[in-house]
Amino acid sequence: MSKNLAQLEIGQSAIINSFTDKHMALKLLEMGCTPGEVVQLDRIAPMGDPIAIRVSGYLLSLRKAEASTILVSLLAANI
Amino acid sequence: MEANQSFVNFSDKTSLKVALVGNPNSGKSTLFNALTGLNQKTGNFPGVTVDKKSGVVKLNRTENQEPRAEISDKSQLSTSNYQPATNSTITVEFTDLPGTYSLYPKSLDEHVAFEVLCDPNNENHPDVTIIVADASNLKRNLFLVSQIIDLKMPVILVLNMMDLVEKEGDVIDSIRLSEKLGVKVVGLSARNKEGIETLKQALLQPLPVPQYDFIDIKKLAPELIEKIAAIVKVNSDFAAFQIINNFSEINYFDKHPDKKEKIAAILNASTVDSNKLQSQETVERYKVINRIVEECITHKSAIKTESFSHKLDSILTHRIWGYSIFLVILFFIFQTIFFLAAYPMQWIETLFVSFSNIATQTLPPGEFTNLLVNGILAGLSGIIVFVPQIALLFAFIAILEDTGYMARVSFIMDKLMRKFGLNGRSVIPLVSGVACAIPAIMSTRTMSSWKERMITIMVTPLMSCSARLPVYTLLIALVVPEGKSLGIFNYQGLILMALYLIGFFAAMMAALVMKWILRSREKSYFIMELPVYRSPQWRTVGLTIYDKVKSFLFDAGKIILAVSVILWFLSSHAPSNRFEVIEKKYDSPEMAKIYNEADLQAKISSEQLEASYAGILGKSIEPAIAPLGFDWKIGIALVTSFAAREVFVGTMATIYSVGNADNTQTLREKMQAEVNTVTGKPQFSVAVGFSLMIFYAFAMQCMSTLAIVYRETKHWKWPVIQFLFMSALAYISSFVVYQLLK
Repeated sequence: MSKNLAQLEIGQSAIINSFTDKHMALKLLEMGCTPGEVVQLDRIAPMGDPIAIRVSGYLLSLRKAEASTILVSLLAANI
Repeated sequence: MEANQSFVNFSDKTSLKVALVGNPNSGKSTLFNALTGLNQKTGNFPGVTVDKKSGVVKLNRTENQEPRAEISDKSQLSTSNYQPATNSTITVEFTDLPGTYSLYPKSLDEHVAFEVLCDPNNENHPDVTIIVADASNLKRNLFLVSQIIDLKMPVILVLNMMDLVEKEGDVIDSIRLSEKLGVKVVGLSARNKEGIETLKQALLQPLPVPQYDFIDIKKLAPELIEKIAAIVKVNSDFAAFQIINNFSEINYFDKHPDKKEKIAAILNASTVDSNKLQSQETVERYKVINRIVEECITHKSAIKTESFSHKLDSILTHRIWGYSIFLVILFFIFQTIFFLAAYPMQWIETLFVSFSNIATQTLPPGEFTNLLVNGILAGLSGIIVFVPQIALLFAFIAILEDTGYMARVSFIMDKLMRKFGLNGRSVIPLVSGVACAIPAIMSTRTMSSWKERMITIMVTPLMSCSARLPVYTLLIALVVPEGKSLGIFNYQGLILMALYLIGFFAAMMAALVMKWILRSREKSYFIMELPVYRSPQWRTVGLTIYDKVKSFLFDAGKIILAVSVILWFLSSHAPSNRFEVIEKKYDSPEMAKIYNEADLQAKISSEQLEASYAGILGKSIEPAIAPLGFDWKIGIALVTSFAAREVFVGTMATIYSVGNADNTQTLREKMQAEVNTVTGKPQFSVAVGFSLMIFYAFAMQCMSTLAIVYRETKHWKWPVIQFLFMSALAYISSFVVYQLLK
């Protein structure tokens, strides 16, 4: 099931497929968000934005607008 | 990938340049502090506004001595071709490069690291690069490591935070890692100061220079890389690759226009998309990194510290508890800066008063003593008095940063602050601005976005600082009646609160305006790490305070002292012999009969101030400030309170010849009794009082703030713009208030 990263629910894990914004992609790639990597939505800030994801063994925070450029597939366990 | 290593040996050198580079939160600065201690100085990277921290340390070569086994002595590489050096010392200059995740220059900070490392002709290019990696978060940290390895420079990889790794029960096979990467690996814990000696000794031994490519860069752009290498002498394919992708960012070519032209022609003719190249490079690198991490790290179990951090985050970023705790912390910081700092500030002022008294009594009266006491000592006192506030604020900020809490503040405040062109990190400077804009502006240093930092610096002085309080108190007492509204709210208190709120709203509105005006070269990202919570280190806190106080005293202090002396000259000197004439006028038996000694002195001071250059200046601006309801007496006070806003009270006391400036009761009565010669009504009407309060709320009357804005932005443009926009805002607002109320 294909989604973007901003659409995950807390605790859900997904695999990164691709990016929709190539400039943003470069920044995200260097932070360890590479295709094939598993990401988990850790929490959402109280005002609904930004979000925090667990990726490559650490906690990364990013704005929803940024997260929505990452296309992911939900892991089977979450569907 | 077995490395066919070659070594560099520094045994014949007497000095060594070492650069520390690493991801933000990798503990790089902690390691830098552990290596250099107090032997640090802050300078500039040429041409940019980024601070350069460096420290010179003498290291002793120890003959034939194996480094003491601490954490990872096993990681020593074979040193068969190593000739033991004789016992001697070597001077090592450590430079702390700004934290960066990659060698793709995006922010100014990253650009500095990029230039220094990628350009061998850069004056700061190191002999050895120490790459600091957070061992508990190795995967992402290895990305930067892999890029630097591909530049084929002598490097040492420091695996920092080994204590955390051990605590989690993980094992990193550093020998294997060293073999895979082809570089020397030293495991240590900078926080616990474990392994520092091993690292120092490792620096003095021959270092392997990475020989193979971490990834096959050439296959990404084979033709271009060859063409570039034919024009510029590069050590590695990756250096040529970096030229392709960051051509316009490299200062080296400004000095070599012939090469610049050739490369520009090649790149223009090519259809290669450098964004795509870099993406491919990154993906390739992470593929190799994933393999290496799998081979070199054995994870024991589910991670304990993280789950602790996770639990703490559930509270600290909670929609009720998170904000409540943050408010409590803010309140505590504000109270401490506002009230606790008042004691040492009082002591500093008392100390300088006694210095002045001693100087006045022991030195012969005259121009020199006058300059020393009223110019220099008063100026120094006005500078040093800020130290307690700066020290306290930075103690708090260092703790908040060091524990990892500051990143959470950004996380929970980002959405709100973003609307005003600010950042979650702007909250602390803005709140601190209520105590004093100087430490507040200094605290914006950690903001990574240039635009958001500039907006924060520009609007923070609109927050009502503690120096405005004496002015507000005097003016409120003058024009606002005592008494209560609805039986509970004190009128005077309500007005005071309103003034603070007006300052806050003005700051937010100004931020909003600047958000639209300021053009930013940088993309605004909020892609940042939320580091694992850790207990604060007192050493870091101490060094932060030391660093900030030093930079304030020596950088901004010079400017403040110079302006103090100028202001002193303006208010204590007059054209021709005006002062003598005044003194003579009062030097008669008749005058002595009318006035007692103190009153006589007060009369003389008052008339002399009026006759002085400051007085002339105050009178000459009267036409300009008359529409605001101000007369020349207020004009003089506006000029002198440029030294510090609270000087307004002292100047008023002198003008109204109140002998004792502390006696605000007398001053208030005299000001109340003042009659406007034109209207015949009291000079300090409600309209004038409010106009003046609004003026003090908005006007940039603080040379110390302007000096620190210059220090932080390293450009006179910003303090000048700030001065102009705040003055314009103050003038227009006061005009409106006066014209409406009069």
